[in-house]
Amino acid sequence: MATITTISQSVGANRIVPTVAIPYPVGNPTLSAEDEHAMRREMVERAVNGLATEITESTQFE
Amino acid sequence: MRLEQNLIHVKDVVAGDAMGIENGVLTVDIEGLKQCVLEDDKIKSVEIDFAKPGDRTRIVPVKDVIEPRYRVDRQNGFPGVTTKYEECGNGVTNILKGAAIVTIGDMVGFQEGVIDMWGEGAGWTPFSKTLNIVVDITPVDGLDPHTHERVVRLAGLRASTFVGMAAKDAAIDETNVYEIGTMAEEVAKYPDLPKVAYVEMTISQGLLHDGFLYGVDLKEIVPTWFHPNEEIDNAVISGNCVAACDKITTYQHQNNALIHDLYAQHGKTINYIGNIFSPELTTLDGKFRNCDYTAKLCHQLGADGVIVSEEGYGNPDSDLVMICKRLEKRGIKTALVTDECSGWDGTSQPLTDTAAEAVAVVSSGNVSKVIELEPADKVIGNLKSAQTLAGGWDGCVAEDGSVKVELNAVIGATSEIGFHNASVKLY
Amino acid sequence: MAKKRVIFYLNQFFGGIGGEDKADYAPEYREEVVGPGVGVAAATADNAEIIGTIICGDNFFGQNEEEAKAFIAETIKANKPDILVAGPAFNAGRYGFACAGACQVAHELGVIPVSGMYVENPGLEHCRSFSWVAETADAAAKMRKALPIMANLVNKLALGEEVTPEGDKYHAQGRRECILVDELGSTRAVNMLLARLNDEPFETELPMPTFDEVEPAAAIKDLSKATIALVTTGGVVPNGNPDRLQSASAQQWNKYDISALDELKGEYFTVHGGFDPVYCNEKADRVVPLDILRELEKEGKIGKVHEIFYTTTGTGTAVANSEKFGIEIGKELADAGVDGVLLTST
Repeated sequence: MATITTISQSVGANRIVPTVAIPYPVGNPTLSAEDEHAMRREMVERAVNGLATEITESTQFE
Repeated sequence: MRLEQNLIHVKDVVAGDAMGIENGVLTVDIEGLKQCVLEDDKIKSVEIDFAKPGDRTRIVPVKDVIEPRYRVDRQNGFPGVTTKYEECGNGVTNILKGAAIVTIGDMVGFQEGVIDMWGEGAGWTPFSKTLNIVVDITPVDGLDPHTHERVVRLAGLRASTFVGMAAKDAAIDETNVYEIGTMAEEVAKYPDLPKVAYVEMTISQGLLHDGFLYGVDLKEIVPTWFHPNEEIDNAVISGNCVAACDKITTYQHQNNALIHDLYAQHGKTINYIGNIFSPELTTLDGKFRNCDYTAKLCHQLGADGVIVSEEGYGNPDSDLVMICKRLEKRGIKTALVTDECSGWDGTSQPLTDTAAEAVAVVSSGNVSKVIELEPADKVIGNLKSAQTLAGGWDGCVAEDGSVKVELNAVIGATSEIGFHNASVKLY
Repeated sequence: MAKKRVIFYLNQFFGGIGGEDKADYAPEYREEVVGPGVGVAAATADNAEIIGTIICGDNFFGQNEEEAKAFIAETIKANKPDILVAGPAFNAGRYGFACAGACQVAHELGVIPVSGMYVENPGLEHCRSFSWVAETADAAAKMRKALPIMANLVNKLALGEEVTPEGDKYHAQGRRECILVDELGSTRAVNMLLARLNDEPFETELPMPTFDEVEPAAAIKDLSKATIALVTTGGVVPNGNPDRLQSASAQQWNKYDISALDELKGEYFTVHGGFDPVYCNEKADRVVPLDILRELEKEGKIGKVHEIFYTTTGTGTAVANSEKFGIEIGKELADAGVDGVLLTST
């Protein structure tokens, strides 16, 4: 889970979940607490589902 | 724009009760300087000290370095920050060349650094060669980190202007003129010279990771074209950011080495068409937008060649190679300046990101090189703070006062605007 | 100054024992100058003295590596050379491997290793980082070109003089030494651009790195039975940073038991020096999403959250260190039976 996914790809990561920003990859302090939680929850679920997805090459789960 | 910089060479600095300079000896009104810093009621106390080249003195933790200047018949200070806004780049400035204000104080983050005035450490920082007037600032308790940083930053700028007053009526030793006209004028003058732009990347990532143009936080802008004179005429200040080794201090903006070297070639081998600030953001979309925008500006300006300097390392390596790639794809030749993180022994991968197009790269040094600094006779600041700097570690300060740090912790050691002479050689 | 003592390492062919039929030849040490050593001896006579030669069959070395290395080590200890010269091996794979082994033994005993190989010799990667391996052609027919390069290396290393890959024609060791040079970085950059604009030759100071490609791991079959671990490069540690993790250029990783926590908020903060820490310090789950993962655990979406959380600081950390940390952490996770990892980076 990384924000600068271009680097993730360069260094050979295979399952990549694009995140929000470098200081708060899995968060967003500009949102309300509720909205932030919903956003975070969706992102982490997407990452977990990525782990359960068969891939053959570097893949972004957007 | 036409800027005249009158240099007054400072050869020594002494304490006194009025500002002045005679025969190269700068007298600092210590009480007056303290009062100037204490104007901000968020500052509890301030101490002033001197550190001169060759002194066995260590300064730590250093936040910013600023050149003392007097702007003749203009807003005297940093327009948009410590004075009213005014366009910079035209006019006359008297400069106390060789003197510098160095701010130190409690740690806000991990970005402060070390300056050694002698020995091994002196070779690794450009600020061992300046006569340093050290301003040790203690803010009132309970400030939040962003306010703390701002209070200290502004205090340093005020102090530089206060000291700069000594240059007001001083005898001038040397005058340098910086003049570049409009694009149309310069192209008419030098129709056969290649047009060269300078892309200055700036960390724009929040607390201790910001820079400011006329007081505007650079993370709020899209890349913008500006005249080189503006930067060397106090329009740009440091947000005291990044690791000490490659943060661009305010002094380095005021004396940007790439601007000086491009000026030296202007009208001879190149037509220097100006600067572009390219903020390094924390979001991927932001990076894509700014890198595209930067390349587009260079293209629209008709640049044949571009120098790109990075600020910081890590994620900005990505911006650097993306800008390079986009420029080269548009047929614009690039030369890049970056430092590298090759590990303590220099055998690790130097960059975080890579691009085949980056064929001409200047390395300004390995930030992770470890240097050993012998004990100082005098420490200005807090020696133990070296352990919490980026580039220090728990136990890096020995009982006898000797210090082991990475270049990371040394102010200006691997300056990516080429302000220092470190490099890397492959063995 | 006393001349430096040199021992040569040669295979059965260059040692004059015989061809492929003698490749099983057990190692021996002779107090004489043999084969390629003769040429090197003549060219280094002012600074070095070849005191002897180890000869070993290539197959013997390949099949009895430990024994061969022990013999080399014994010989070095008994004769106390300053420099060991192995080869040149050109593009001979087994010979190159043996030369690399001899260089390794020498290096470990504080003896300067010199060799000569063709760029594609597989032995090169085993010894280049600590040896001075002359660039040679791929075949022994070019012996006359290889020996002067090796002799020059022996001379300079014997005198303690600086050698460089370009100047002295050896395969770069890959050590990027930070030095102070005459010109400012700015001047070097402007000159480099001018050279490009004028189509003149220039040399980059930083050739672009290349990165590994990694085979993707297989998908988790059943998430509801899977153990998921949290790992970060965001410098997130318990309040007070008990293990003193570095704020940049990490030299260590740390692990913490999070089995009693539902979230990191309030208990953890970041020491990472490379980003604005305010938002992470308000709630460290913004960097390491333990709270959400706990929700998924409670709902049965995943089996469980691994008790141990791993952390280091990414900023300014050498890739070599990162690789080492990754291997070490990966081994612990694999040993603990973890099925998947959320690795967050800042």
